[in-house]
Amino acid sequence: MRKLLIWLPLALFLGFIALFSSGLFQPDDRIIHSRLVGQPLPAFTLPAAASDRPPLASSQLASGQPRLLNIFASWCVPCAAEAPQLDALKAAGVQIDAIAIRDARPDVDAFLKRNGNPYARIGLDARSEVQIALGSSGVPETFVIDGKGRIAYQHVGEIRADDVPMILDRLRAAQ
Amino acid sequence: MKLILILFALIATPLAAQTALPPAPYADQQLADPAMERKAKALMETIRCLTCQSQSIADSNASMAGDMRSQIRERIMAGEQPEAIRVWLIARYGDWVSYEPTAAPILWPLWAAPLVLLALGVLLLRSRIKRKARS
Repeated sequence: MRKLLIWLPLALFLGFIALFSSGLFQPDDRIIHSRLVGQPLPAFTLPAAASDRPPLASSQLASGQPRLLNIFASWCVPCAAEAPQLDALKAAGVQIDAIAIRDARPDVDAFLKRNGNPYARIGLDARSEVQIALGSSGVPETFVIDGKGRIAYQHVGEIRADDVPMILDRLRAAQ
Repeated sequence: MKLILILFALIATPLAAQTALPPAPYADQQLADPAMERKAKALMETIRCLTCQSQSIADSNASMAGDMRSQIRERIMAGEQPEAIRVWLIARYGDWVSYEPTAAPILWPLWAAPLVLLALGVLLLRSRIKRKARS
């Protein structure tokens, strides 16, 4: 017993080395996903964020058809980078609504003029209240909303060109 | 003078990079009632910032952390209990968002560790004393 106990510190040391080195090779996942996926959208009513688009309320998202809810901001660089992908989704017949976070109407107007406007409705969330209620942790994010107004999927970060088929699949699955 | 200007530029740029809007009303302003402010502050120190993930929202300058601080202060002012707000946030972001350890089974070893270590110490001490007494 005593003889075996002598090896205990070494065994512990090797155990820690194994633990830490396995951590080195695991990809670091810092994405915080919303816990509301699979649950109904929280209720909200937002004022219009752009001059030429109507405001957005959560009740309008339970339309019987799956659709996208894009969380963006005019001050967010990756949001401009995902604009072509949103255009492609819109061209594929997808309904896209948006919430602009911590934004002002002139800034949103300028952003949409620069990057195109794939949105049907845009709500203004000037103090991130709806963003926090959605469990969203940044911009851009895109939620797939099913016909009953439930969150079917959350995409964190910008939609890249090779994400578009996956998003279309998610929309089909939410039918 | 030039140096001061450069310093100002260094400070101003990162702030401007986040958002053009001013902070929410209670992001950096304390509540008038000290007891409520104390409650809000205690909660804010144990809520994790989503933008700078190793800071509490009380420590972070991220605009989203400011919005969360303001929301927490306003909800405390409206009479909501801090623990109810914590539960509300955990329902959205998971246990991750709270620095306060919970009683979830995965944390049982953490709570048991002091007791186990204390028991080990007592055992060790007892065997030592017995050996001393014998010799």
